[in-house]
Amino acid sequence: MSKFYRYLQNPEGAQQEESSQGISMSRRGFLIGAAGAGFTLAFFRSGLSFAQPEDVVQSQAFEPTIWYHIHPDGRIVVNIAEAEMGQHVGTALARIVADELEADWSMVELNHVDSDPKWGLMVTGGSWSVWQNFTPLSQAGAAGRQALIEEGARLLGVSPDQCQARNSMVSAGDQSISYGDIVSRGDLTRTYSEEELKQMPIKPASQRRLIGRESMALDIPGKTDGASRYGLDAKVDGMVYGRPLLPPTRYGSTVNSVDDSEAKSVKGYQQTIVLEDPTNTVPGWAVVIADTFHAANKAAQRVKVDWTAGDTANVSEQDILDHGVKLIENPDKGSIMFPDEGVDEAFSSADNVLEQDYITHSVFHFQMEPVNALAYEQDGTWEIHTGNQWQSLIIPVLAKALGVKESQVVMRTYMLGGGFGRRLNGDYAVPAALASKQLGKPVKLVFTREDDSRFDSPRSPSYQRLRMAFDGDGKPVGMEHHAAAGWPTQVMAPFFMPKGANEEPFDPFSIQGAAHWYSVGPHRVRPISNDLANATFRPGWLRSVGSGWVNFALESFMDEAARKAGQDPIEFRLALLKAEGKNAGEAPNSVGGASRQANVLRRVREMSEWGQDMPDGTGLGVATTYGQERNMPTWTACVAKVNVDRETGRVKLEKLTLVTDAGTIVHPDGARAQVEGAALWGASMALHEGTRFENGEPVDRNLNSYTPLRMGDVPELEIEFVDSTETAVGLGEPATTVTGPAIANAIFAAVGARLREIPITAEAVRKALQA
Amino acid sequence: MATEFQLNGQAVTVDIEGDTPLLWALRDDLDMTGTKYGCGIGMCGACTVLVNGRATRSCITPVASVANATITTIEGLDPNGEHPLQKAWIKTQTPQCGYCQSGQIMQAAAMLQDFPEPTDEQISSVMGGNLCRCMAYVRIREAIKLAARELNGGDAVEVSATGGADNE
Repeated sequence: MSKFYRYLQNPEGAQQEESSQGISMSRRGFLIGAAGAGFTLAFFRSGLSFAQPEDVVQSQAFEPTIWYHIHPDGRIVVNIAEAEMGQHVGTALARIVADELEADWSMVELNHVDSDPKWGLMVTGGSWSVWQNFTPLSQAGAAGRQALIEEGARLLGVSPDQCQARNSMVSAGDQSISYGDIVSRGDLTRTYSEEELKQMPIKPASQRRLIGRESMALDIPGKTDGASRYGLDAKVDGMVYGRPLLPPTRYGSTVNSVDDSEAKSVKGYQQTIVLEDPTNTVPGWAVVIADTFHAANKAAQRVKVDWTAGDTANVSEQDILDHGVKLIENPDKGSIMFPDEGVDEAFSSADNVLEQDYITHSVFHFQMEPVNALAYEQDGTWEIHTGNQWQSLIIPVLAKALGVKESQVVMRTYMLGGGFGRRLNGDYAVPAALASKQLGKPVKLVFTREDDSRFDSPRSPSYQRLRMAFDGDGKPVGMEHHAAAGWPTQVMAPFFMPKGANEEPFDPFSIQGAAHWYSVGPHRVRPISNDLANATFRPGWLRSVGSGWVNFALESFMDEAARKAGQDPIEFRLALLKAEGKNAGEAPNSVGGASRQANVLRRVREMSEWGQDMPDGTGLGVATTYGQERNMPTWTACVAKVNVDRETGRVKLEKLTLVTDAGTIVHPDGARAQVEGAALWGASMALHEGTRFENGEPVDRNLNSYTPLRMGDVPELEIEFVDSTETAVGLGEPATTVTGPAIANAIFAAVGARLREIPITAEAVRKALQA
Repeated sequence: MATEFQLNGQAVTVDIEGDTPLLWALRDDLDMTGTKYGCGIGMCGACTVLVNGRATRSCITPVASVANATITTIEGLDPNGEHPLQKAWIKTQTPQCGYCQSGQIMQAAAMLQDFPEPTDEQISSVMGGNLCRCMAYVRIREAIKLAARELNGGDAVEVSATGGADNE
């Protein structure tokens, strides 16, 4: 189990035992107890003293990070604590339970829960949901099945071993009884110790009936008729609307004065308030309050605020990148991700060295639903209504902002109009809460798109330098990767940062992808926090986080290294993907190691037109990745086909071919949708979107100048999954990281122009062609 | 200022400032929250509704300008939410986060009036104004074609609640 995951499970740092299943299920048992009508099935922390499961269920003293309830009418309600943001997470998780439970899928319902300490840590990100829940959900389903069989057998007057469970029925010969009837007539009360839970008979893959089979996602119908409720749809009686007035810098600005004289004629305008924020989340903010959003928006354009700007008022994108170079060139800066004995020797004795620098620019989340939040106090509890991905991170901040206990803050759950990591950072809820507290009434704070862009936690610009040492035969014998960028985890969740070999902490998410599975000899990876970036904006976790920039550099560089070695880019990589030593892989998560990455690479070669003659200006490029974490590898390979117009420099992306080995695929169509979206996100960031900072702020604010990929830009997509029963890993992000470098490599193959900076503009292509 | 119009087959009146964008009148005064706010400048398409049958960006349409018009939102496209486009959207499992999909569906409904059998180029041109940040574009295109087939008298789009999606 990864160190990061232990942090995730237990951010306070208490030691937990590792389980062989790749996630910590130690010190937990399982119980089934009557609750109202029906039975609740849940985990509990062992050591908990309880007389009867009913008492535990009634008092909710169990540890219900995962639990479900079977009603007498046969409905099975699975509670989902993960945020639904388009990944159909509830469907995937419920199908894992339902498969082991032998449930009738048509009787399964989802309940997206509100925040509550009883759920444990609430976070949805990192492509972790299926991976981290697969084993416990399977055990929970199996325990329920076993209890239903036992009780069904008793009611049928037969022995349990004569019974089988299928489709929410327990049957023995020609007799059968439904789960609903068992729940109505029987007594399912049971407890299972940690040991018994471990012995729970999980079905072999060959007997799965739902996992790996096609299914409609349960969240989709409500997204076709306007019924689904997003944060922006939240309302409460007596609420006023607010639109924020953002200061000129993310931090350090102060309000000198507010002049709202011209706003007073706006019908419905109430007042403009200046927020006092003890958490420094939104320093120097004012909020325009009105009866309607339209009035707040209109008035906001007439309110004049005089600010003293913070220190970063003149910072530009170039300043941040220049600072990155300086940091890289100072050997004392940064963390060393793992011990790197022999790197310097490898370089000093090398026959040949390749060194290249790569740049990626700022990227917005630009989730379709601009951030927003409704906040109010009711009976001593602060109600925060908003879509969010990491409730456990922002609730302590909200509590501090409001001057209340964490237990007095509840976050109500809504569909997310796009997450992509933006809503891991719940900073947008803080000004709503502050405004509501200040006014003593419910405030619905709505950010315009421009506000959302200015307040985004963008993907940081990055500067990277890669070096490779070659021996006389052109074989790699050493490698270095230095990466400087803003670090979201340092700014928002420093408890998540492990220490490197030099004892310096680093943001694991900002260097993911660099700890690759290529055997290249001694390997130094040096992540460096760009403090100027961190000061200028709040860096964000954006779909795959660091892998997005790291893999652009790494896989572009591997292509350059192959060319330098005079080898085919796929053959060059295959020769380095050896399942040996540290790249051999280990059970349960990375069985097969580098050989599985080699496998997807070979398969994508077969599927694409690799090696065939291309028309003039057309070329193929390849890139591959293990995803984000060595302990949760999602083996991914991509071939991009592009056509480059030498005159204009315009790049047309014609086709993307992708092969993914994510182990067991729970919800195949959902998995395909994730890869489709992730691949196109990667293409969009490579060719269509990106912004830059000027005067301390991003220059783009809306779609008039920020131009993500649209319908007409979509290439042909060919996507395949490796048929596998290995551990199910994450799928939401890895494809994001391969399309960019595959496109850049394809441009080189097409016209010989090497692009080391994304987004790739027509102008940059023309320049590279002239070089 | 009172403005009257037909909304999803019913006469409604809103007494709000005439320059209020139709979007906010729908969402906040008429409780039709299926229509979404995305960019506020008419460039993302999430707020698309039909005004007298034409696809219209409600975020940049003053409510005063739709006096006496006939307006259809996602809630009124079909009484049971089973317009061929809606069924096709489910059949192809198009929505991811779903936030843009009301606008996508309304834009597609208008397009199929103009181009009952749209070519890929027509789909790209007309739907190019609707951003899908989850990038479910491949499925939007497929769903439009499926719905067009039914609307042109071809096979009806069949959706079963528990069956498989038909994306290969």
